[in-house]
Order: sequence, then C-alpha cells, then structure tokens
Amino acid sequence: MLKFEHVSKVYKGGKRAVSDLSLEFEKGEFICFIGPSGCGKTTTMKMINRLIEPSEGSIYINGVDVLKKDPVQLRREIGYVIQQIGLFPHMTIYENISLVLKLLKWPEEKRRARAKELLTLVDMTADYLGKYPHELSGGQQQRVGVLRALAADQPLILMDEPFGALDPITRDSLQEEFKKLQKKLNKTIVFVTHDMDEALKLGDRIVIMRDGQLVQCDTPDDILRNPADEFVEEFIGKDRLVQARPNIQTVEQIMNPHPVTITGDRSLSEAIQLMKQHRVDSLLVVDEQNLLKGYIDVEIIDQKRKKASLVKDVLESEFTVEKDTLVRDTIRKILKKGMKYVPVVDHDQHLVGIVTRASLVDIVYDSIWGEEQQGEMTWLQSYNF
Amino acid sequence: MATVLQFLSTYGNELLLKTWEHLLISIIASLLGILVAVPLGIALTRFPKGAGTVMGTLGIIQTFPSFAILAFFIPIVGVGKIPAIIALFFYSVLPILRNTYIGVTGVKRSLLEAGRGMGMTGWERIRYVEVPLAIPVIMAGIRLSTVYLIGWATLAAYIGAGGLGDYIFSGLNLFQAKFIIAGAVPVTILALLTDLLLGRIETWVTPKGMRKMKEAA
Repeated sequence: MLKFEHVSKVYKGGKRAVSDLSLEFEKGEFICFIGPSGCGKTTTMKMINRLIEPSEGSIYINGVDVLKKDPVQLRREIGYVIQQIGLFPHMTIYENISLVLKLLKWPEEKRRARAKELLTLVDMTADYLGKYPHELSGGQQQRVGVLRALAADQPLILMDEPFGALDPITRDSLQEEFKKLQKKLNKTIVFVTHDMDEALKLGDRIVIMRDGQLVQCDTPDDILRNPADEFVEEFIGKDRLVQARPNIQTVEQIMNPHPVTITGDRSLSEAIQLMKQHRVDSLLVVDEQNLLKGYIDVEIIDQKRKKASLVKDVLESEFTVEKDTLVRDTIRKILKKGMKYVPVVDHDQHLVGIVTRASLVDIVYDSIWGEEQQGEMTWLQSYNF
Repeated sequence: MATVLQFLSTYGNELLLKTWEHLLISIIASLLGILVAVPLGIALTRFPKGAGTVMGTLGIIQTFPSFAILAFFIPIVGVGKIPAIIALFFYSVLPILRNTYIGVTGVKRSLLEAGRGMGMTGWERIRYVEVPLAIPVIMAGIRLSTVYLIGWATLAAYIGAGGLGDYIFSGLNLFQAKFIIAGAVPVTILALLTDLLLGRIETWVTPKGMRKMKEAA
C-alpha cells in the first residue's frame, strides 16, 4: 500500500532531515511515527502528500510513484489532519466537511448526504451541519477535522499529532473512538506523535526515528519486549518496559467470566433480591442474546424505585472494554477513572465477563508471589495503589 | 437660517450637481484603486521579498503633497476630471494595498496548510480561504481610503475637475465664507454617509461564521 524506497530529504545548506528511509506498509495498517522533536517524523509524513518534496528516493502508494502525480490531485486522494485542527472559521461544519468534495466537483445534494452520513460515524447529529467551528468544543472540532479527511473516502490518511492540542480526557476518548473507526473503515493511517502512550495504544506498527534515521519499526509488543537499542529503551521509558512484561495479556485472561446479570424486563424488587443473593451492589443488564444494555446499582434503585418498576426503565449505559484489549490499558482506565469494575464484551457487544478490582488483586498477587518474584514491585508502585 | 434657505434657492441645483460630481470623482478613483490594489496586494503576498520594496515605494509616493501630484499630471493628461481621478487613484491604492497584504498574510498558517494538504490549488486557497478570512481587514482599507478620497477630491477642483472644491476655492478667492461653508458641509456629510454605507457593506460581505465568532468573543 505505502512504500518508502531510500527516501531522503536534504535541505539547502546540507542539513539532512531524513536519510535513506526504506519502509513498507500494508493496507489497513495504523502506523505511528514517533521520535523526539526534529527527528524527521513530520517531514517523512509530509513527503507522502508532497507538502515537502523528497530530495532522493521514491514513495509509492499502491505501486504508483507519488512524484509522478500532480501534487494537487495526489493530496485530494489522501486525507490530512493537522494538530491545530485547521477548521475554516468562516465555513459551517457542513462546508468544512464537504470541502474536498467541493474541490472534486461533487454535486450539492451528494455532498450534503455524505456530510450527514459522516457525522453519524462520530455520533454527532445533523444539527451540527449548520453550526460554525467556534460553536463546538475542542473534541468535537477535531472529530470534524477527522471527518473532513474521510470525506472523499480516501484510503490513506495522514495525521500530524491530531490529538496533541486536546485535554487528556478528551484525547483519551477520541483515541479510542478513532481506533474503532479506523478498524471499521479499514483505512491506512500514518500518525505522527511524540506521545509514547498514544503510539502504543493506537499503532499496529510503530516507527521510531532519531536524527532523520529509522531506529526501529515493529509492533508495540515487539518494541516493548525487544527494544532495538538504548535510545529506544530510554524513549519508551523504564516504567513502560517493566509494565510491559506482565501486561502482554488480554483482559479475557484475567476477567471473571460469570458476572451477575439481569434482563431488562425484570422488576426492581427482583433485581435487589438478586443483588442480596450474590452479595453485589450492581448488576449488568443484558437482553436474551446476552447483549450488554447497561447497568443498575443500589443507588439507582434507591433513587428511582418510586417512579419506575422495571429494570429497563432505570438502567444506565456504561463504559466497556473489548475482550482482546491489553490488560495494561484496562488497568489504566479503571484506576484513572476510579471505576469499581469494567464489563468485558466481544466485538458485537455481547457480555463475556467482568474485570473488577478483585481481578486486579489477582494480578498483583501473581506478580508478587507468582513465577517472577523480583522486579514486579516497581510495577505495583507505579500505579500508586 | 433664512440666509441658508436663500442660498439654497439660488444655488440649490448647482450644489446638487457639484455634490454628484464630487461623489463620482471619488467613487471612480476608489473603485479603480480597489480593482488594482486588491489583486496586487494578494499577488504581493506570494512574493514577500518584493512586497517590502513595493510598499516602501508607494509609501513614499503617498507623502508627496497632493497639490504636487495634481500639478504633475497636468502636462501628461491635461486638466479636468481624468487627471483628478488618476491622481486620486494613486492615493487610494496604498491603504487598500496595505490592508489587503496585512489581511491575507494574517490568515493563520495552519489554515493554509490544511487547505494545501487537502489539495487546494493556489487559486482555490485564495478564493475559499485567504480572501474570505481577510475581508474584514480589506474592507477596512477600502473604507478608510474612500473616506479620505472624498476629502482629497476637494483639491481636484484646482485642476478643473469640478466638485464641491469649486465652492471652497471660490469662497477663498472672493472672501465669501458662505461659499466655503457650502463646499465644506456637503463634503463632510458625504464622507460620513459613505463611511456609514461602507460599514454596512463591510458587515454584509464578512462571512457569517466570522461575524458570529466576533459576537461570541
């Protein structure tokens, strides 16, 4: 899909921003370029759509040399998202999203339909079409920024630290949302970042660069397990390397596969009895197909019991993780958001288990008194239990 | 009051004619200025190195006394309305040019990069991004320049262009205060009305999103 062949960028005065880079990526890969500032990661990305012209070597997209194409045409076939979001303040959300389509001379009705369709991808309603960027929150603005890059269904999207300007909580949720979207749409993404957590979380493969040179290109797990050299080790950080060892497992391996559940058509008194019986304070609500609908807990029942009688009338939706999520990501979430438990679902939202704080105790127990007795204490401390 | 009415009944028609003449000279000069200065200003942003020189030169021309410029054109294009319009046109260029240049260069770099990265051609960037975002600043230049021109057009009477300047010069020559007032008051009113009108136009041509943003801020 995307191939770099001995690509270099030499600026006037002989400064080599990128030297002799050769890489190859498949369709649908999420590629993170990471490295300290000035390492050439952004330059490399911008050479793909020729915002910066390579000095030597060739870049191929689906076998076509980008240098042989008209740059304007090339850029219209590649999505582009920048850090500063770059929505045009004088255009409505609709005009912003459909701008590339306008450049491609799509008719008005088709553009509007496409813009509506795109908004649903990020759970925004058609009401937003007529609004202006300044009327949206930072997170919403960058969602629109991403949609703008998806508008013409470009197979390749370049992103230059797109979530860098957002606050940590918004960034976190946008990262997840975007990773899901990428899997769903099967886009090839080139993502530049300087945040290792972000790269580990999002990337299928991570390209680590230093001084214009490629240091390592591997999957996140391989990078954590076998850092190429000291620079990579240092860049990843000791914390993450220590964490990496017990963390190469998925939540499926540690979850409790038998959460206490109830269906929506039961009454609240049945629910409270079930809680008493199992000595728990909350229940996961599922339907007949075991699809997760939400949860109820003692407090909800206590507040709403006079107004409603059925479980489905009072349930609240909640945050979930998929069963192949890494434990390290899940733990971070549980601890950061102060949650008591997280339901585990499969790809179709069927409930398969639950990770509770008790599951965490198991991991900690294993890592202290399990196979490896030494070293894991640091891991424990780094989470500030 | 009676004197005013008497003056108007004697010179009313002529006054209207002179006002019209005055307005026409200023507006034509200003329109020519817009036609030249806006594209030139945009073009200059593509050559930032040349921009300094052009602006500097125009800045110097601007400091030439208006009378000197008007007189300078007499041997070349003679007397009358045309030389006056040409001279005034020279004056109108600089404020519009400078504001266009500042407005366009003031557009955020990130927006230009977004436009370029999306695959806009140079012309599309000018049309969809740079000009709409620079409009408020460009319009401020046009407004300023037009209002100035209405004032300066008074001097055009000196080279036979007509307009309200005729009254002022006659008044000065004949020591007749009423003629000076008959010239100066309509000029002032004309300038104020034009400023008001252009202010409206400015709001009207400013993209709605930017207006709303300003209100929200």
